[in-house]
Amino acid sequence: MADTIKVAMADLKVGRAPDTLISYGLGSCVGIAIYDSTTKIGGLAHIMLPNSTQSRAGENNAKFADTAIPILIKEVVRLGAIHSRLVAKIAGGSQMFNFSSSNDIMRIGERNAEAVRAILKKEGLRLIAEDVGGTYGRTVELILDTGVYKIKTIDKGCKNM
Amino acid sequence: MSDELLRLDALQLDALREIGNVGAGNAATALSQLINRRIEMSVPKVSVAPISDVPELVGGAEAIVAGVFLRVFGKAPGSIMFILPRESAYVMVDNLMGRVERDSLELTEMDESALKEIGNIVAGAYLNALAHFTQITLLPSIPHLAIDMAGAILSIILTALGQVGDYALVIETEFSADMGNSEIKGHFFLIPDPGSLNTILNAIGVWNDG
Repeated sequence: MADTIKVAMADLKVGRAPDTLISYGLGSCVGIAIYDSTTKIGGLAHIMLPNSTQSRAGENNAKFADTAIPILIKEVVRLGAIHSRLVAKIAGGSQMFNFSSSNDIMRIGERNAEAVRAILKKEGLRLIAEDVGGTYGRTVELILDTGVYKIKTIDKGCKNM
Repeated sequence: MSDELLRLDALQLDALREIGNVGAGNAATALSQLINRRIEMSVPKVSVAPISDVPELVGGAEAIVAGVFLRVFGKAPGSIMFILPRESAYVMVDNLMGRVERDSLELTEMDESALKEIGNIVAGAYLNALAHFTQITLLPSIPHLAIDMAGAILSIILTALGQVGDYALVIETEFSADMGNSEIKGHFFLIPDPGSLNTILNAIGVWNDG
């Protein structure tokens, strides 16, 4: 029986086929999907912020790109995925409101995407597809049976990548 | 910040609820004059909720909503977000524009201005109440509008809070108005920036360091 596992904001989940991992309504957040096609094991993280350096101990590690990605990798490897076979796909990082302000928090989507790319590279994961930026929200779904990362929007259509 | 939010006592939450009550009352009066209908308003809820639970308050992260966002400037900066389900936003602008039927889901530029103005009026009414209680002058930014999934729209305020903690203080009021054959619903959120909460509590004399 295939389950749909929901990943909340600032959360991460892992699973194996035939399950599906889903996260709803990403704005400036980035949904990071990693997948091993041989074992059909994968994980999805919904990060809000680029780095945890201003954070204090005890806070939620799934919230930041720099702490969430290593945990996500560790968890899928624990389930049986092989690190060297893992590939990544990312989506999100939009700017929902159009400000002229150069305030950092307004550009957070862009900064999130940059941080995610850098950390994936550092962790030795290949980024094979991305759908980032824009001014609209996305729902992301990682179908573990196929590794397809499905991106849904309200009026910009739906795509599989 | 997270810890501070979890330490708020009943008296402090009551004080915040009272500000919310007067603010929402002002806002409802303003809104009711604008659309020429009676507005029902819930007693404001003041809650300290995990950040990831906030989208659930407006029907879930994937619910399609119109959000008017304003920044608040002054000694107690924060954010204001007025959220309506997309259908309510249409009913409200159609009513304002005297439109009987809607043949597309597109909003005209005039519709968007009207929605922003509604957000502006509601926010102004709320900030006046806050200023009255705290004697702190608070000024709203120009309103910004987006129509999209609730989670995506709320991410702008939630990421700012996420930088310092895992919880959000949400002062939330639900509005509804009977528009004849349809209904308008809305949620109003006042989210103080980290640090502003202390300023507000201090100003109304319910801060307790002990």
